[in-house]
Amino acid sequence: MIKTTVPKKERMVLGNRACAEGAIAAGCRFFAGYPITPSTEIAEVLARELPKVGGKFIQMEDEIASLAAVIGASVAGAKSMTATSGPGFSLMQEHIGYAFMAEVPCVIVDVQRGGPSTGLPTKVAQADTMQARWGTHGDYYAIALAPSSVAECFDLTVRAFNLAEKYRTPVIVLTDEVVGHMREKVEFPDSSQIRTINRMKPTVHPGWYQHFEINPHFVSAMASFGEGYRFNITGLTHNPDGFPTARAPVVKEKLDKLRNKITPHIHDIVQVREEFMEDAHLAVFAYGIVARAARQAVRMAREKRIKVGLIQPLTVWPFPDVYMEHVMEELDLVIVAELNQGQLIREVKRVNRGRTRVRGLNRYDSELITPDQIFRKIREEK
Amino acid sequence: MALIPKVTRKYLRTKKQFPNVWCAGCGIGTVMGAVIRAIDNLHLVQDEVVMVSGIGCSSRMPVYVDFNTLHTTHGRPMAFATGVKLAKPSLKVIIITGDGDALAIGGNHFIHACRRNIDLTTILINNSTYGMTGGQVAPTTPFMKIGTTAPFGNRERGFDISKLAIAAGAPFVARGTAYHVVQLKKLVEQAIEKKGFSLVEVITNCHTLYGRFNKEGGAIDMLKWQRDHAIPISAAGKVAPEKLRDKFLTGVLWNIDFPEYCEEYDKVIAQAQGKE
Repeated sequence: MIKTTVPKKERMVLGNRACAEGAIAAGCRFFAGYPITPSTEIAEVLARELPKVGGKFIQMEDEIASLAAVIGASVAGAKSMTATSGPGFSLMQEHIGYAFMAEVPCVIVDVQRGGPSTGLPTKVAQADTMQARWGTHGDYYAIALAPSSVAECFDLTVRAFNLAEKYRTPVIVLTDEVVGHMREKVEFPDSSQIRTINRMKPTVHPGWYQHFEINPHFVSAMASFGEGYRFNITGLTHNPDGFPTARAPVVKEKLDKLRNKITPHIHDIVQVREEFMEDAHLAVFAYGIVARAARQAVRMAREKRIKVGLIQPLTVWPFPDVYMEHVMEELDLVIVAELNQGQLIREVKRVNRGRTRVRGLNRYDSELITPDQIFRKIREEK
Repeated sequence: MALIPKVTRKYLRTKKQFPNVWCAGCGIGTVMGAVIRAIDNLHLVQDEVVMVSGIGCSSRMPVYVDFNTLHTTHGRPMAFATGVKLAKPSLKVIIITGDGDALAIGGNHFIHACRRNIDLTTILINNSTYGMTGGQVAPTTPFMKIGTTAPFGNRERGFDISKLAIAAGAPFVARGTAYHVVQLKKLVEQAIEKKGFSLVEVITNCHTLYGRFNKEGGAIDMLKWQRDHAIPISAAGKVAPEKLRDKFLTGVLWNIDFPEYCEEYDKVIAQAQGKE
């Protein structure tokens, strides 16, 4: 008998490591960060791995400086990332706003832990969900992706870079303490199988170049510093040339641009994974680690012939409005399970407009929602 | 515009961004002129010069000059510049900041930039007050001076910026004034040429607010004060100690060598890739 040996690339990998490896696979070549539980492993892995591929790692003096350095590196042409948790995510809000305003692609991983304030450094929560959407001041359109497994940590970090580059905007990867710290057997795709997107580069003569040009796509081509295009970047409201202005029509045009480069492309940005939804009368809506428990609970309920399905948004922001509006027409009940006092349920109710019953299943005592808890909730509410 | 020298005008975004925000007689314009002449004299390539600033009167400078310019958030230009320089070390990165920007809200970034020793040139324009917001007390306002938020006199001490930078590890620290423009240009040149983090503190005048509140006169009077109170470090030994008490030293105050971070990181890359 001839033995064929296929080289197995399966490994036991930590969720945080998967984020780091996903970043490198996506082309990330700059990381700046500050140690914070439970995200630190991302920095530790990249401190070792980035120089191997010619990338740069730097530990900054705080999270404010970390995101500033990430933005500076992106402006100089490097795909850049930082990683943090709640307290650091709060500090980063200032520069998340800057990245929106100055339209700088970058990725921020928030490994959520219990809050508010320093809260529970080693315990799981999903209470930064609204902060990921509304954390910084002003009007802007956030993108946040939420992995529920080690494999998804890799995939969604790659996707975060692609969306950041495509839409010239910061993208948040919203994981949590359990996803970040669990180990699962995974096989990451080969670099040849990974599709990466790079920011659009200008083709015009430098004299004609506008760093914030208004075009039909609302995403402007992006030159890097040192490429012969000398332009200004500012966090002040600016005209297409990048110079500060307070002229009302130009201000409106800028803020419309920030909206219009995202909202018409929601179909491209939003991803929802569903299970058993074909004939479902009720559904459990859960993201991140809770989606794992929900999947188990749905299977348990199906064994009892309860027609329940699972809705797992991989994109939390923008919220999957269109999908939910469509799917809720067929449903009698949606159970929104989350590790907070009820954040995403507000979005579900907003889209629902009172037509379907929406019930929350919330846990915020530092422990996970169990499959059994969700199963019992299904039986109670059905 | 007619009074702007030809060499300076070559580097200004005259068509897009003028007139500027600075008051007539403000020292910041003088500093901008000195920085431009230093850059021109060193034959730096315009496309490879990056100017990064924070928030405040002085931090508006990059908007007016024709380089790669990054006007950032309050107090954080050092952190942004760190990312720019480390990602692309071939760029010449110059930071323009003020005393409130670099020492109050940005104090932490400032000392860590000094300590880390990335090849950044920092021009810190010190006018002892918050000009853009209307003359509030700053971390550099001397004891008992008046600001809008210290109407009964400032009961705190001001920072000695240069001493702070030296203590934090900056390998090159110099001080100049808006009055001594020839010296200032030379100090900026030396700072740009220095491999590693370099700081030039520039004493300048805010006659519109600080000068008015403290009855120090107009722009000319305040420039004369700079002239009369600056002692070149080379002459400091010859001056009687009691005469030095209300004076400040100018020139290159500190110049040592220490491994530069970007060059060190190249070694990290070589080591990680097994080439060393």
